[in-house]
Amino acid sequence: MTEILRPATEWELKSIMGALIHREISVEVMGAGSKRSLGRPISAGSAITTSSLRGISLYEPTELVMSARAGTTVSQIEVELASRNQMLPFEPLDIAPMLGGQPGAQTIGGVFATNLSGARRISAGAARDHLIGARGVNGRAEIFKSGGRVMKNVTGYDVARGLAGSWGTLAVLTEVTFKVLPLPDDTATLVYFGLPDDIASELMCAATASPFEVSGTAHLSAALAARLRFEMPGAGAEAITAIRLENFAKSTAYRMDKLEAELKAYGAPARLDLERSLKLWGELKRLAVFPYGPSHIWRISTSPRAAPKLVASIRRHMPVETYYDWSGGLVWIETPASADGGAADIRRAIASHGGHATLIRAEEAVRSTVDVFQPLNPAIERLSKGIKEAFDPLGLLNPGRMYVGM
Amino acid sequence: MSLIELPKPDESVIARRAEIARDLAALTSPAAVISDEDGRRAFETDALTAYRRLPLAVVLPSSTEEVSRVLKYCHTHGIKVVARGAGTSLCGGALPAEDAVVVGVSKMSRVLDVDYEARWVRVEAGITNLAISGAVGSAGFFYAPDPSSQLACTLAGNLAMNSGGAHCLKYGVTTNNVLGVRMVLMTGEVVDIGGPHLDSEGYDLLALVVGSEGQFGIVTEATVRILRQAEGARPMLLGFESAAKAAICVARIIASGIIPVAIEFMDKPAIEVCEAFAKAGYPLDAEALLIIEVEGSEEEISDRLAYIATIAADLSPTSMTVAESPEQAARIWKGRKSAFGAIGRLADYYCMDGTIPLGSLAHVLQEISAICDRHGLKVANIFHAGDGNLHPLIMYDANTPGETEKAEAAGADILRLCVAVGGCLTGEHGVGIEKRDLMREQFNDEDLAVQVRLKSVFDPGWLLNPAKVFPLDARQAVDRPEPQGSRSVAA
Ligand SMILES: Cc1cc2nc3c(=O)[nH]c(=O)nc-3n(C[C@H](O)[C@H](O)[C@H](O)COP(=O)(O)OP(=O)(O)OC[C@H]3O[C@@H](n4cnc5c(N)ncnc54)[C@H](O)[C@@H]3O)c2cc1C
Repeated sequence: MTEILRPATEWELKSIMGALIHREISVEVMGAGSKRSLGRPISAGSAITTSSLRGISLYEPTELVMSARAGTTVSQIEVELASRNQMLPFEPLDIAPMLGGQPGAQTIGGVFATNLSGARRISAGAARDHLIGARGVNGRAEIFKSGGRVMKNVTGYDVARGLAGSWGTLAVLTEVTFKVLPLPDDTATLVYFGLPDDIASELMCAATASPFEVSGTAHLSAALAARLRFEMPGAGAEAITAIRLENFAKSTAYRMDKLEAELKAYGAPARLDLERSLKLWGELKRLAVFPYGPSHIWRISTSPRAAPKLVASIRRHMPVETYYDWSGGLVWIETPASADGGAADIRRAIASHGGHATLIRAEEAVRSTVDVFQPLNPAIERLSKGIKEAFDPLGLLNPGRMYVGM
Repeated sequence: MSLIELPKPDESVIARRAEIARDLAALTSPAAVISDEDGRRAFETDALTAYRRLPLAVVLPSSTEEVSRVLKYCHTHGIKVVARGAGTSLCGGALPAEDAVVVGVSKMSRVLDVDYEARWVRVEAGITNLAISGAVGSAGFFYAPDPSSQLACTLAGNLAMNSGGAHCLKYGVTTNNVLGVRMVLMTGEVVDIGGPHLDSEGYDLLALVVGSEGQFGIVTEATVRILRQAEGARPMLLGFESAAKAAICVARIIASGIIPVAIEFMDKPAIEVCEAFAKAGYPLDAEALLIIEVEGSEEEISDRLAYIATIAADLSPTSMTVAESPEQAARIWKGRKSAFGAIGRLADYYCMDGTIPLGSLAHVLQEISAICDRHGLKVANIFHAGDGNLHPLIMYDANTPGETEKAEAAGADILRLCVAVGGCLTGEHGVGIEKRDLMREQFNDEDLAVQVRLKSVFDPGWLLNPAKVFPLDARQAVDRPEPQGSRSVAA
């Protein structure tokens, strides 16, 4: 085990990076390390955590903006925001428990570096949509900034947003600035029972395309629904499909009625009040339906109406449990442990239905033999390698975490 | 002297105009190529009309394949290329060069595919912004980003500039509403980035391409998100005796947990001109006007406007009016969206676009007046208040010698002020040539180097939209291998 370096300032990080460059030593980059077992396994000569770069450096509730050092925990940020009745609009997922870690540990830098957004993505946008500024140190030991603290900013290329989802392979983020929103006054949920995937997908699309600003949709296969910890009124051993509204209480009441009437064809739903809604969506945010275990978990992003067909074609090869999010455009798939994690069949299904797949949970042996991230087409791969080279010409940062040689 | 420097054109390329035009016609069609002087004259500038350059030739291709052939040819022959949409850029982003071919996408304006269930539409990039909403409006959908120029400007230009609009407070700017693009690289290679899903694999190339000001490639198609129209929407007008009070009102509304779809601000000079133009019922006695729009059902709209009214009441507004009919609402928005045009009928104007933290609004507006006074110029302020994106319109007379320079100098001072209070040079119009030389106000050499290297990844020969976005010496400063710490170059 290499020792983990903990720079406490940007300058310290820069000088560490300078020393690593000098000796050409590669480095594993992490925040709290909650997603360390995600991605291709890396063998780096050293490791850095941002966990000593912490603290909220700016919070202006009336301007809906916050800046925080990269190692600040998301839980601290959410507490601070809640004290002013605000929130992170993109509902960052906490996948640590699913990977065997502790909930609540992840850092804000890690959230933007992985761009893993939750259910509200369909209405509020992804993590990357809320990132308006970033500072970091690249693989040339340069401290750089991009964007700033104002909502609208097109000064120069959008480098900050370009770093979202780069998994620490381009730069170590040191500070991020992001948009926040008021917490909704009320949350309410309609739950439908026993719908097959294709009908549920149709329902979720119809709900999202209504004028009532649906802020979350989820469809859980029967087995996953049974794993929910909270008591769903009226639930049997069936699949469930949940539709969330967030607004002022008067509006949620009005909109629930309108929505239910518009979706009459899909049956009579149960209604969850604020408290129950928060429980359900809280469990989904922690992906509690996938407790830590040996099965493999995939995350598939595709066009919503293609998803059920894609899942059906995977199901022909292996038993799978599914959690559809983003009105069906995102599918979390649990497959039984196998030598290749089902990669061959899943990638083939993607090739014929469109989209991309990421292997989120599998043991190291599997992650080192199959593509964890969706293979890139040659043109995109060439551009991506060029970008990697521009930020990190020696290939020191998280080498190979996403793709071989990147 | 303060006028922006444009590089000397390559005379040897200009000498080959006839031959190049012939080759381009063979690669596209004779009708697609404009090489006579009168024809080229129509493309010599954009909406930053103080700068004009006759292009070498203009090509208006009708397909991605044609764009690809043209770029491959220009790449092989080392000819520079300037992409163009409708030419409404306010920062000289689409300004041609005498030794560059303009490739305009205005003929490529078809809607290719619509998916209402998944809420996206795939279009050719030369479609106008408003035509996208037009194509999906009857089904109850719209494309959210709404620049005031939306009747004319193209999606291609919007993507290049990451354009915004009045309703971006709620719906975000262009980058938040795009899912994928088809782009032709300078080599002629066609790449598809993103697609009809909500996130993409690998690095977020889309984030880099949107806002790259035509310097990474020519976008020929895009998949954009469409949204379902709200049940209804209505604006209200709030007049105040000072800009400071209007600013406090905006802050209190946002702190209360309401995010209106739009909060627009006008100062007295702007109110007068726009009211004369649109007869929208703007209060002529107010020093500052807020146009605030909310959405929802009838009842929701009334509730929310009433709530906003109680917040405003504490600040003793000089007037408070809610639009009473769809016609009045339309007039209120017409007045706002034609503000630049209305002022343009009175004087030449230079439109600035800095963004500031809302907290410093009152201070910044005072300083803007002081700056313009100092330069002996008048200014009208009109802007997106919800997100602090200012548009001071500096009025001048282009026919009076020295006034253009004065306006530019005042504009530069205003932008420096925006950066000094924690804001930025441009919120939605882009850098182009206009703010190129101010980039070092906001970025240091390291920040710029990171961007310069990205440009070189997409266009290693720097042939696309040259001499824009970066100070002219920025590329050299990065390319030249120098010992650390001695990066600065003679200006
Ligand atoms: C009256 C008026 C009001 C305006 N209001 C707003 C506003 O509210 N909000 C706002 O954001 N802007 C506004 N603008 C600015 C302008 O309309 C926008 O920047 C718009 O996006 C430009 O679109 P265009 O089609 O005219 O592009 P052009 O001006 O032709 O080009 C703009 C840039 O895009 C590049 N480009 C064009 N086509 C392509 C392509 N196919 N591929 C790659 N790059 C390309 C060009 O090289 C150039 O850098 C306004 C302008 C005017 C004149």
